[in-house]
Amino acid sequence: MSTNLTEQEQKEAQQSTEEAVERTQTEAVGAARAAQPSYGYMKEKAETETRDAELTVSIKVFRYDPEVEGKKEPRFDSFGVPFQKGMSVLDALMYARDHYDPSLTFRHSCRQAVCGSDALFVNGRQRLGCKTQLADLGEQDGPPETVTIEPLPHSDVVKDLVVDMEHFYDQMEAVEPYFQTSEYPTGELEEQRHSRENREKIKMSTRCIWCSACMSSCNIAAGNNEYLGPAAINKAYRFAMDEREGEDMKQRRLEIIEQEHGVWRCQTQFSCTEVCPKDIPLTEHIQELKREAVKSNLKFW
Amino acid sequence: MHEHDVIVVGAGGAGLRAAIAAQEEGADVALVSKLHPVRSHTGAAEGGINAALRDGDDWTDHAYDTMKGSDYLGDAPAIETLCTTSPKEVIQLEHWGMPFSREDDGRVSQRPFGGLSFPRTTYAGAETGHHLLHTMYEQVVKRGIQVYDEFYVSQLAVTDHDEPEDRVCHGVVAYDIKSGEVVGFRARNGVILATGGDGQVYDHTTNAVANTGDGPAMAYRAGAPVEDMEFVQFHPTTLPSTGVLISEGVRGEGGILYNAEGERFMFEGGYANNDGELASRDVVSRAELTEINDGRGIEDEYVYLDMRHLGEERIVDRLENILHLAEDFEGVNPLEEPMPVKPGQHYHMGGIETNENGETCIGGLYAAGECACVSVHGSNRLGGNALPELIVFGARAGYHAAGRDLGEARIQTGPSAMSELEDGLDTPVSPGALDTPDSDVAADGAMVAPDGVLNSAVETERARMNLLMDGEGRNHAEVRQKLQRAMTRHVNVFRREENLKEALEIIRECREEYQDVAVRDPSRTYNTDLLHTIETRNLIDIAEGITLSALARDEFRGAHWREQHQSRRDESWLKHTMIAWNEGRPEVYYKPVILQGEEKSYEPKVRSY
Repeated sequence: MSTNLTEQEQKEAQQSTEEAVERTQTEAVGAARAAQPSYGYMKEKAETETRDAELTVSIKVFRYDPEVEGKKEPRFDSFGVPFQKGMSVLDALMYARDHYDPSLTFRHSCRQAVCGSDALFVNGRQRLGCKTQLADLGEQDGPPETVTIEPLPHSDVVKDLVVDMEHFYDQMEAVEPYFQTSEYPTGELEEQRHSRENREKIKMSTRCIWCSACMSSCNIAAGNNEYLGPAAINKAYRFAMDEREGEDMKQRRLEIIEQEHGVWRCQTQFSCTEVCPKDIPLTEHIQELKREAVKSNLKFW
Repeated sequence: MHEHDVIVVGAGGAGLRAAIAAQEEGADVALVSKLHPVRSHTGAAEGGINAALRDGDDWTDHAYDTMKGSDYLGDAPAIETLCTTSPKEVIQLEHWGMPFSREDDGRVSQRPFGGLSFPRTTYAGAETGHHLLHTMYEQVVKRGIQVYDEFYVSQLAVTDHDEPEDRVCHGVVAYDIKSGEVVGFRARNGVILATGGDGQVYDHTTNAVANTGDGPAMAYRAGAPVEDMEFVQFHPTTLPSTGVLISEGVRGEGGILYNAEGERFMFEGGYANNDGELASRDVVSRAELTEINDGRGIEDEYVYLDMRHLGEERIVDRLENILHLAEDFEGVNPLEEPMPVKPGQHYHMGGIETNENGETCIGGLYAAGECACVSVHGSNRLGGNALPELIVFGARAGYHAAGRDLGEARIQTGPSAMSELEDGLDTPVSPGALDTPDSDVAADGAMVAPDGVLNSAVETERARMNLLMDGEGRNHAEVRQKLQRAMTRHVNVFRREENLKEALEIIRECREEYQDVAVRDPSRTYNTDLLHTIETRNLIDIAEGITLSALARDEFRGAHWREQHQSRRDESWLKHTMIAWNEGRPEVYYKPVILQGEEKSYEPKVRSY
């Protein structure tokens, strides 16, 4: 029970619910819930805080639940959030959930851009919720009036902003994503030597947090479910370029990424590189692997 | 129902290492975690891994530093195990491909850290935990270890013998977050809890939202005592607006702390005349708050951490991640201006009582990592000592659960290790469950057969979840917020008796209010409302444990400072504070600290830096 929405379909769902948004805003967070005494506290607190705030931001959030009446058809709900300096998209979502609607569902954990749980489609672009300041989304200083938050495109939506990550994990694990070497130093407590230069070369590739923003932004991955995608190829790069593995392993790794659904599918559109929250030069890594593969093929030819 | 030899709950550093060890030993092992492994909070650790690897260093120095850092409340057998095994485990990580920072000769780099007599903190930039987590998950993938990710373990299946030490753990009950199904996991050999921290007890913390102390709360209610719960580490350098951690590595590389008057107060204020900024974390946190409370903070809230003088090249080489964190989460460019920092909850030294092999007093139940208290950190953990704890004791728990003989443990566990009962504790309200006996499995009839225990636990959990989802009630978020604020206000760095009592009263109110909570989300699909509501119950039990222990210990030791007793009192307090749940009637008692090592005894000395 899930729905796979393209960006276009998400836009249509958004338009068709424009009118419903106003209604939902009052219904979802309004009278019905306030009537229950125990729920009043958080809502009243939010109302006071919103009234006292110099600025409020309306977050318009994609909603879908396969088993709840009224949410089986995707819709958007809006929540008014009192703006504070430094407030991130994730802060706003948590505020809305804790004060208005506890059923608002999204993944999040570390709040500091390292767990990779909260890649979202914010104002039409893949971003990490925790790392995206509301103020940076406005045209001038200060936050915009409305921020639209949707699940990552090109993924099956499980519920609200939660997408199914299984396909992404499968691709990540399809490239033998683990260190392999046949030779270790013989001494007790002796590490492999690794040059600073080579460590520097793989450094950016090791920063991946598996958020899947890149995969979601990639048109090729959207049209071809078997394409390994930028994150998995970057993982392959991380090992292929690691000199500690040795030349034989490198050949084996180049064979893996040269397969039918590997590096040659990439059309160098740079969308993955643009959205990567860790600034990994994904497209460059893919291009470099293409060059390495060609070199290696020439060598054996 | 699923069945494996060993079930590991939690898939951060300790859980992954335990699973790999159990698998190496030939066991059929599974990881069950509420997060996908790479989302675990080990990934946020920045600084490094202490290991005596180099000429001029020795594990005995590491042990001495750790014991001193613990303010003589660490147990020598645990500390010596940590320090002798850490080098081997670090090299193992390197052989698994972990991208450590390197010296010119290609060997792994080490840097100075607070409280260390030798630069032995092995690191990978300022993102050591991220690399450690991913490197070990790679090994889990390589070995084909089964991972049940996004399964929330909410109950242990433990027999209901009267004495906790007679009980046996036969598995766990988990909630499949995606489907809403309640599932039993039978463990033939053992269950290893590796659930990490519980920083969500506070509202200003470096911990992830997922760090809700589920493991300690479950083990505690099942009868395993919790140990030294009063010792909570407040990290001196967290960003004021979010609690995001700025690594001790900044001070290790030469970063300087200033107050509003531009004084380098660690020296000028006489807090640490020798080590200055690199004194132990508890010392620096207290110094900062003293400056702020005396009116020398900036905006009465924080102090400055300055690393500009290190130069861009060195910063980018060794601390690049700090530039991103400061920019993204505080809007500050540390190459051009100092970073605002203040103390924030960071780590819990206390946790589930275990011995050196990771065993709790309940048969087949293990714990490792931050959720456990073995105890290597005593009353204060040194920077760079958490990651080695994860891998050293994670591995030992994994090996032991899978059947390897690790020799007899020297540390005694369970209420039988009690040396003294605390019977004079003056609490304003009764702690513990509101109605006894508690509805947890341990109190239900004569349940001892493995399948019966597990089935009964599954049924208990189904009933609990149905109850929470049925009907109207209070939003758990209201209770959680009240609890977090009370803990930050009353059970922080500086502790006063009246505040601790006030906190106990508020915790009691939270318990009463929790009786009325209800889950609003009617869906079985990915119901985080239900998940967070269950977590909030765990936070209440943990908060109470911290506060009760803090009230009991009327001395100043390590991270625990009491207004009326501002000195360490070795004559009466060289002992661990223990709490047994005792069917919902918490009992505080003590057991002696072990200062006798394999070859030498660690004599308590005045702790100065």
